[in-house]
Amino acid sequence: MSSKRKSIIQITTFLIAVFFILYGMVRGEVGVVLNKAVNICFECIGLG
Amino acid sequence: MKHSIKRKIVQLAAFGYSNPYLMNFKGGKLYQGKWKQFCNPGLNCYSCPAASLACPIGALQAVSGSVNFKFSFYAVGILLAVGLLLGRAVCGWLCPFGLFQELLHKFPPPKLKLKKAFLYVKYVVLVVFVIVLPIAVTDYMGMGKPAFCQYICPAGTLEGGIPLLFSHKALRQTMGSLFTLKMTILIVTIIGCVLIYRFFCRVLCPLGAIYGLLNKISIYRLEVDAHKCVNCGKCKRICKMEVDPVKTPDSAECIRCGACADTCPEGAICLQFRLKSSIMTDRTEMTNER
Repeated sequence: MSSKRKSIIQITTFLIAVFFILYGMVRGEVGVVLNKAVNICFECIGLG
Repeated sequence: MKHSIKRKIVQLAAFGYSNPYLMNFKGGKLYQGKWKQFCNPGLNCYSCPAASLACPIGALQAVSGSVNFKFSFYAVGILLAVGLLLGRAVCGWLCPFGLFQELLHKFPPPKLKLKKAFLYVKYVVLVVFVIVLPIAVTDYMGMGKPAFCQYICPAGTLEGGIPLLFSHKALRQTMGSLFTLKMTILIVTIIGCVLIYRFFCRVLCPLGAIYGLLNKISIYRLEVDAHKCVNCGKCKRICKMEVDPVKTPDSAECIRCGACADTCPEGAICLQFRLKSSIMTDRTEMTNER
């Protein structure tokens, strides 16, 4: 992969990552994650 | 300081910040603070009583399987950002389950090599169990289940399942065939890791698959100076992930452990944060220059 092409992909990926994180936060995904993480996940431990 | 020593220190620190609430094991409680809204870069079950952060793969499935959302922009964004910065260095330096696998591999021989075809299994696991099933298989309310956590993840069984079953009598009464399946996978993983270096990481881990894909563009990377390299092959022989750093420094399997850099007699290999390549990495480039 050429250096220029790699830089373009890096910048694009960075912008997508920032947009995704902010958009996810704005639409309330953080609450879903927090709610799942603070309670015992029965599926995760093999009981669900 | 050698990369191997630095890496062990960072791995222990990462294990520490991922699981600081060790006293929670006693009562079988989970940490319920605000830090749990953030994702751990490595694989660490959020149902582990000591865990301080959310598991990124669990978070991705939890949002994808929820009633309101069918895709987790938040978790994918975090994975892209972390992967862009570090690539699979997360596996080699920050993943608590990676450290566990390395400790298991310290048991005495026999040791085996992994057939290359198995390396692709983790991509199937990522697509089927992490992306498709939580969205496609839903209940009457439209909620999906975290299929990877439910049917595969041995980290969840080890860090969450076993400690919580020890501390909660009521939970022990609900054990069934699913727990038997998960225990079987955990035992197979443990035996696999004793025999093969980072067996789970290389064969089953969807997080490793994501970071592996981002290894090609990650800012923290491995660079081989073609001017200095004498093609002695020592780096290839020392690599436990069975990567040839000279031919494929951006391999999806390279966890940036730095063993190759430590062993290189010419100092031709380095691990560094770089946006652009600072040294000549291509042999054809070198020939043209001459």
